[in-house]
Amino acid sequence: MIGALAILLGLQLVGEVAVQLSGVPIPGPVVGMVLLFLALRWRGALPDTLRATAETLLSHLSLLFIPAGVGIVQHGARLAEEWLAMTVALVLSTLITVAVTALVMKALIRRRDGERRDG
Amino acid sequence: MDRIFSGIWVYLAGSPLLWLTVTLAVYLAGQWLFRRSGGRALFNPVALAITLLVLLLLLSGTSYATYFSGAQFIHFLLGPATVALAIPLYLHWERVRWLFLPIVVGLLAGSLTAILSAMSLAWLLGGSPRTLLSLAPKSVTTPVAMGIAEKIGGLPSLTAVLVILTGVVGAVAAPALLGWLQIRDDAVKGFAIGVAAHGIGTARAFQISSLAGAFAGLAIGLNALLTALLVPLIVRLLHLAV
Repeated sequence: MIGALAILLGLQLVGEVAVQLSGVPIPGPVVGMVLLFLALRWRGALPDTLRATAETLLSHLSLLFIPAGVGIVQHGARLAEEWLAMTVALVLSTLITVAVTALVMKALIRRRDGERRDG
Repeated sequence: MDRIFSGIWVYLAGSPLLWLTVTLAVYLAGQWLFRRSGGRALFNPVALAITLLVLLLLLSGTSYATYFSGAQFIHFLLGPATVALAIPLYLHWERVRWLFLPIVVGLLAGSLTAILSAMSLAWLLGGSPRTLLSLAPKSVTTPVAMGIAEKIGGLPSLTAVLVILTGVVGAVAAPALLGWLQIRDDAVKGFAIGVAAHGIGTARAFQISSLAGAFAGLAIGLNALLTALLVPLIVRLLHLAV
């Protein structure tokens, strides 16, 4: 487990350094994710310990958002003033985004499947 | 007796141990309530835990800075967890390759929709420029969204809150919405939830199936990349300044 954590943190570190050096506006952990993916593809196998550690971390992903979410206590004044705009924008925009993404993908998949049947 | 208690409180209030432990305990309590409610979407464990913690902070007169000095150890794990998303992606790679074009086009459509709809709706309802800028990156994972907000002149700490509320809304409402739209492919469901509602949506997608979770995880990474490129561009095009 410690070895797996070292791999995850090490790749995040490499990602952060790469971003700092290149100035590309990509978050360091995302670069780390790409690197880990490439390493796994290159190696062609996934070590059990890494898999177990990652699954533990990902099964409690929602826990990791709590500290930032509690930050809502700092924004009482702004929320009191603009709660309507923020709430409507958040809720509607999130629902529209889910719908647009899913419908676009569904339409493309259906079109491709149709072409395959025709050809 | 009172002196002993206030002495213990003074000691604990200054140490990160207290709020770190309380955060874990409240999360477990939220999960327990969620299961007791039969997994009802409205009892979202994150929303429950945040509400409880906010009440505890207000009742005990604790500042967010003090709270965060303990909770930061949990917050920190967002980084390695993002790296770990490579693993479900690796496990479902064949399916991802098979859906390559729908993924690319769906991502572009979803990412643009998330940014533009949030900003325009808030603008229509009289949101201030700083609020619009803080809302723009709301669909991507917290650390990335905060970085984007900072760069374009939004309020990173407000963005963090908006990101998490977005995640909760997505986790609560997306599965029902996708059912209503008659989306049956778990890969499409997961990807749509991940684009709109990042990690909190992904936690929900993993409950649908491991395939849905993998695609949600893939969407987090891709949408983080694309939003980081798109938001500064859109802000420049709209001449938004604070």
